[in-house]
Amino acid sequence: MDMTFAEKILAKYSKLTEVFPGQIVTVHPDNLITHDNTAAIIQKIKPELEKFGVYSKSLPIIALDHIIPANSEKTAENHQKIREFVKNNEIKNFFDIGFGICHQIVIEKGFALPGKLLLGSDSHTCSYGAIGAFSTGIDRTEAASILLTGETWLKVPKTIKMVLKGKLKPGVYSKDVILHIIGDISASGANYCSVEFHGNVGQFSIDDRFTICNMGVEMGAKNTLFFSDDVTKKYLKNIGISDSQYNPLFADRDAKYSNELEYDLTKISPVIACPHNVDNIKPVTEVIDLEIQQCLIGTCTNGRFSDLHVAANILKGKRISQDVRLLILPASKDIFEKAIKAGIIKTLVKAGGIILPPGCGPCLGAHQGVLAPGERCLSTANRNFKGRMGCKEAEIYLASPATVAASALYGRITDPREVIKI
Amino acid sequence: MKIWRYGDNIDTDLLFPGKYVYTCSTPDEIKPYLLEDLDPLFSKNVKKGDIIIAGKNFGCGSSREQPVVGLKSVGIKAIIAISFARIFYRAAINQGLVLIECSEAVKSYSKGDNVKIDLDSGKIVVGGKTYSFLKPPKEIIAIRNAGGLLEYTKTKLKRK
Repeated sequence: MDMTFAEKILAKYSKLTEVFPGQIVTVHPDNLITHDNTAAIIQKIKPELEKFGVYSKSLPIIALDHIIPANSEKTAENHQKIREFVKNNEIKNFFDIGFGICHQIVIEKGFALPGKLLLGSDSHTCSYGAIGAFSTGIDRTEAASILLTGETWLKVPKTIKMVLKGKLKPGVYSKDVILHIIGDISASGANYCSVEFHGNVGQFSIDDRFTICNMGVEMGAKNTLFFSDDVTKKYLKNIGISDSQYNPLFADRDAKYSNELEYDLTKISPVIACPHNVDNIKPVTEVIDLEIQQCLIGTCTNGRFSDLHVAANILKGKRISQDVRLLILPASKDIFEKAIKAGIIKTLVKAGGIILPPGCGPCLGAHQGVLAPGERCLSTANRNFKGRMGCKEAEIYLASPATVAASALYGRITDPREVIKI
Repeated sequence: MKIWRYGDNIDTDLLFPGKYVYTCSTPDEIKPYLLEDLDPLFSKNVKKGDIIIAGKNFGCGSSREQPVVGLKSVGIKAIIAISFARIFYRAAINQGLVLIECSEAVKSYSKGDNVKIDLDSGKIVVGGKTYSFLKPPKEIIAIRNAGGLLEYTKTKLKRK
């Protein structure tokens, strides 16, 4: 056999012995992830839901994360409709406001497992490749259809093999790796493709892999994947899942790739995505000293314990510039609690950070931390599109939590290697 | 019929800003904000039968479907682009909005050119020159012919 991961998993889920790129197959995903948009999804199929019910009570995973707590009567009503739907249909997996971002919950509660297939009506559903699952984003209409039928079609993608060689230097993080790759192949460089990461990947924790896979969609990828290994096994064991509970899938040795790319990690330096496209990548040293008014550490890209830990190490015993606002969002309640226990939240607040509830927060510009015209925000999020944070005359720059924390100290874009204890 | 010409990487925030995503879902709610941060004249002047011609990676970003629902409901006949982002492409299939990937047609277009599309034969005529595009597979045409994914699914459910 000579199949890639995507070919193997799509063959498995469509009950075929082999599939080829371009083929359309019908699959039944293990889970369907929706969030605040569940209200609009169920509205589309109200009569059908009453007549036929949901396909399965354990198929949906619903987490309220995008606008939490509600910021208007309309969004409050959305949440209310979702809670009623959950109750009336006895939906098994519901996470009300405060539990965290849907993608973080899917991974930390063990829904995403190696060899599983998950779909979600959110573009960053591709994150679960961090754990060896196949996952990708769909729209609301398709989520509505899957809610009723449990199935959908997928086109078997071509696969790009990315080989990561060498070891990252101090001050350089997984965020820099994925930004560097997107800068190299462009925002559409992996469009419609599956991306497999190979090589020296043992150095990347699940948190690191999460950040890399999360941004797969920013290069157009259908899904992104790290193969299940000892790091995966250890992570899953820690959350109470033994290796007898999942069946990882691996690409064949002679799998056929549409493209093979190699990256020497020793040559990657801290980078930054400049406005207004994620592939507008520059070394931090090229934009050094640019004044910023807001800093954001969090979101499904970089709101994990290790991210807050890196930031706390930089900010410990210091105070951020009085000209900058530092917003911090733990990606989940579990992370928040762990960070409180470890003294990280205390450190961040003492340094001048403002803690927001676990959720998507300012990332999508719908509430919290909206920017004013002419302002610049340095963020750990995944998108810097024009208007993304609520104002089209503001600028968004994307970087690692270390770069954001270091920059918050001075109110100017700062190379984290200058302040980090190396 | 007007041709609306846009560049590369037209993302979903430009097509429909995130701040309206959780308060606007219906075509009437969507229309006033369609392409708000890209082209403020669009929603005022767009007419049924208009065509959008764009560069590569049109619709990149979020999985929000308001851009597709909105463009379909104001009567955009087709979007011709060098390439489309994956989720946007899929959403367009689900709403029955016609997307055509044809880089030659995009590159040859200049202002004032007449554009004609023949979906059945997979041909576009731009300024007198004819270009071919790949027609979607039969599974996708079936969804389009049913009037979109939900209609397709509802018919399937009724048959069961």
